[in-house]
Amino acid sequence: MNRDYLGEFEELILLTVAFMDGAAYGAAIHQDIRQRTGRSVQLSAVHIALYRLEEKKLVTSEIGGATAQRGGRRKRFFTITHEGRHILSEIRQVREQLWQLIPKMI
Amino acid sequence: MENIPQPPKWVDRIVKWRLSDSDYEDMLGDMHELYEIWVAEMGVRNARFQYLRQAMGFIRPLPVRIQKQLPELPPSPIHTSFNPNPMSMLRNYFKVTFRNLTRNKGYSFINIGGLAIGMAVAMLIGLWVYDEISFNSYHKNHHSIARVLRNGTANGETFTVQYLPYSLGEELRTKYGANFKQVLMAWAVQDHILSVGDKVLSQKGEFIDASAPEVFSLKMLKGNYNGLKDPHSIFLSESFAKALFGGQDPMGKVLQIKNYSAMEVKVTGVYKDLPHNSHFAGVQFFAPWDLFVSVNSWMTTQGFKNNFLDIYVQLAPHTTFEKASLSIKDAILNNIRDDKEYVSFNPQIFLHPMDKWHLYSEWKNGANIGGMIQYVWLFGIIGAFVLILACINFMNLSTARSEKRAKEVGVRKAIGSERTQLIWQFFSESFLIVILAFVICLGLASIAIGFFNDLADKQIVMPWSNTWFWLISLIFILFTGLIAGSYPALYLSSFHPVKVLKGTFRVGRFASTPRKVLVVAQFTVSVTLVIGTLIVYQQIQYAKNRPVGYKRDGLLMVQMKTAEFYTKYDAIKDELNRTGVVAEMAQSSSPVTNIWSSNGGFSWRGKNPSLQTDFATLTVAPTYGKTVGWQFVAGRDFSQELASDSTGFVINEAALKFIGLKQPIGEVVTWAPSGSEAKNYRIIGVIKDMVMVSPFDQAVPTVFYLDGNLNWINIRFTPHANTSEALSKIEAVFKKFVPSAPFNYTFADQEYALKFAAEEQIGTLASVFASLAIFISCLGLFGLASFVAEQRTKEIGIRKVLGATILSLWQLLSREFIVLVLIAFAIATPLAWYFLNDWLAKYQYHTRISWWIFAVTGMGALLITLLTVSFQAIKAALINPVKSLRNE
Repeated sequence: MNRDYLGEFEELILLTVAFMDGAAYGAAIHQDIRQRTGRSVQLSAVHIALYRLEEKKLVTSEIGGATAQRGGRRKRFFTITHEGRHILSEIRQVREQLWQLIPKMI
Repeated sequence: MENIPQPPKWVDRIVKWRLSDSDYEDMLGDMHELYEIWVAEMGVRNARFQYLRQAMGFIRPLPVRIQKQLPELPPSPIHTSFNPNPMSMLRNYFKVTFRNLTRNKGYSFINIGGLAIGMAVAMLIGLWVYDEISFNSYHKNHHSIARVLRNGTANGETFTVQYLPYSLGEELRTKYGANFKQVLMAWAVQDHILSVGDKVLSQKGEFIDASAPEVFSLKMLKGNYNGLKDPHSIFLSESFAKALFGGQDPMGKVLQIKNYSAMEVKVTGVYKDLPHNSHFAGVQFFAPWDLFVSVNSWMTTQGFKNNFLDIYVQLAPHTTFEKASLSIKDAILNNIRDDKEYVSFNPQIFLHPMDKWHLYSEWKNGANIGGMIQYVWLFGIIGAFVLILACINFMNLSTARSEKRAKEVGVRKAIGSERTQLIWQFFSESFLIVILAFVICLGLASIAIGFFNDLADKQIVMPWSNTWFWLISLIFILFTGLIAGSYPALYLSSFHPVKVLKGTFRVGRFASTPRKVLVVAQFTVSVTLVIGTLIVYQQIQYAKNRPVGYKRDGLLMVQMKTAEFYTKYDAIKDELNRTGVVAEMAQSSSPVTNIWSSNGGFSWRGKNPSLQTDFATLTVAPTYGKTVGWQFVAGRDFSQELASDSTGFVINEAALKFIGLKQPIGEVVTWAPSGSEAKNYRIIGVIKDMVMVSPFDQAVPTVFYLDGNLNWINIRFTPHANTSEALSKIEAVFKKFVPSAPFNYTFADQEYALKFAAEEQIGTLASVFASLAIFISCLGLFGLASFVAEQRTKEIGIRKVLGATILSLWQLLSREFIVLVLIAFAIATPLAWYFLNDWLAKYQYHTRISWWIFAVTGMGALLITLLTVSFQAIKAALINPVKSLRNE
């Protein structure tokens, strides 16, 4: 695997960005992860992870329009890139291969 | 949507503080969105706690991109380095300077132009001063050369003259020889007629001892210093040799010097023309003293009592001027002890060093009272002042603009400029302006130097190739740049950026005080100069209005230079009378515009025996009075018919006052010239004083008589004669009878006008400098007024809206300057009075300083100030308040 290593939290966030399909932004991701995993996550951790993903060119971001909510502050929307999808499918392949190899225990 | 619970603001501030400007917005938005959810889920209290907990998450180290960059944390894209490349900073300074200059063209013009003019004036004066103080330095031995001067005392007053008795030369050589390396006897420099073939030229020359060329270190182009040892030799100047012989080699050529008797000489040397700032400037030839003595052998019998000689000495190496002066002081006195009256004159001789000939040439009561050196000081000080005025302008305008530049300083400081950088910026700016001004100044000076040379009667050239000139110029630029730039550099760079940028910056109540002081200083100098100039002119005018005592117009004077003038005088006279342009003519022993001879030994009835007499004595022909047009107060003129008039005296009023007789006509005056027998003369007439010497001095007691040598022909034109026509007719007559001498003449009125030359030159120079000083001051005032008007644009607008009239606004803006000029005037008046009173006291015949000069100057200064300031004031007052209040 010549790609950068993705941490578990990063993978989780990247998957979330992927399924939200363009509507992903800090607070929404934060809420989704909390509800889905029950974990209490720091918003700053979400942002830092998003920033790192962006640096690795796995997501891109753009500033959305202003709304009346959140005190008129604009949102930064994240979308997964081609490389992002690629790396997710790679990870998935590796995992599935591994799952295949495990003797049926369940 | 109302009543949305707001998260604590202070927490937001933490987030904002931590995050970069481009990132905090969306993150804070996320926080706020979540906060709403939390409030719904767990209540405000817990939500707030949760909010704080989340915010704390941003306190940990963050990736560089989203973390806020604080100024003190390097590096950032704006603030690349703490050691900026000095060249690039310098380039930036220059760029900003040029932008500033081109954006404010009027200001730049006033600033650079004023400085350039000031510098040009200072430079010209500097060159003039250098020329004056380097006088005679062309002669290598100038440190050890001196001329011998003689003091004498008459009626308690000591006079100093250069003429010495013939025997003194030998005496100095033999008895006092240890003091001197060389003793040079010489005849005063005067015009001589030289001829070669049929070429006849009249030129200045000096008969002097043969070692003179070596002593005065003439630069020989041909021949060597020994050339003059042959008594029938002559050294010619390069230009004179060219005039006489053209391209031919002058060496060995024979020419004639025609004085009263002809001398034949051979050219044995050619020297480089002497520079104009040499004592011997314009001397076109040197001829041997021995030759002169051989044709004027009467001189050798004159002993110690007749003074006509010039003596120059070169000191022996071991002695000083003081020591040598002390040892020779009684050299004349010791030889005339037998003559009681001469002893009472107490002749004392002393040495006057060559370095002082030019600058310290005036004597009063035996003491040196300076001379040219006073004007060197005066103009040096004026030059310095004019330069300082220009620098003051620069400083004033720069500080006046400080409020405009303050914003720039604020921005520069905010993006990290240090104070030293700002100081450098302003200094480099001022140096750039000074260098620009200097370049313009060089142009101005090289254009003006011709005009200046005419004014100052000099031949100064721009010393382009002189290292010292450039070195001094460099120091001058550094000095001016430093002085002119220091105030803005140190003052502007001290502004506090926050205050300046917020707009709360206000220059304090006293911030304009130095500016006011500078304006006052400027006008004090200018007003003093103007008053001084006016008084100089008043003095000249006063002397010009003085009654002269004779008619100057249409009076021609011709010197009788060769023997033919004497032998053919009657023929010339007849011929001239036939031309119809000559009304009257007569000979005299000296020109009417000078006194060449004075004598003692007069006595009369009731004379105080201890009174020493020294009268100007002038031999005249009987028709002399009619020719020059003198005016009688008593008695009558000489008559050709009365033989007894050959022992008659016509005296002037000054002489009458000296003699003190109530009824002078018919009184007998006994005259015993030194060395001759006493003779009785009868006073036949008293004339009004004639101004023959300096129009600034008292008239000299003078006697006119008929027996003696006659050397000049005075010719009075008929009243309606055309000058040039008359002149050509007269020339024709002289050419016919005296072909051996060139027809040289002078006009009495022109000669008389020359007596004012020195004073008029000073007057012209002073007026030029005074008007430049005023001009520069006004330039500064104009700039200052425009800035004040600009600063108060809003104020004027509001005043106008509230109903102020243009007149009251004009008063408001002008008042401040008027007050400053009045203060300057109050300082300048006593200053000028003090100095000019001193100056006037130098002249025996002088005007009084009248109050109207001060009044006129004061009014003039006020008027000029008003004109200068009003232009700006009225312009500001006329602006439509809508415009001035709308901007921003």
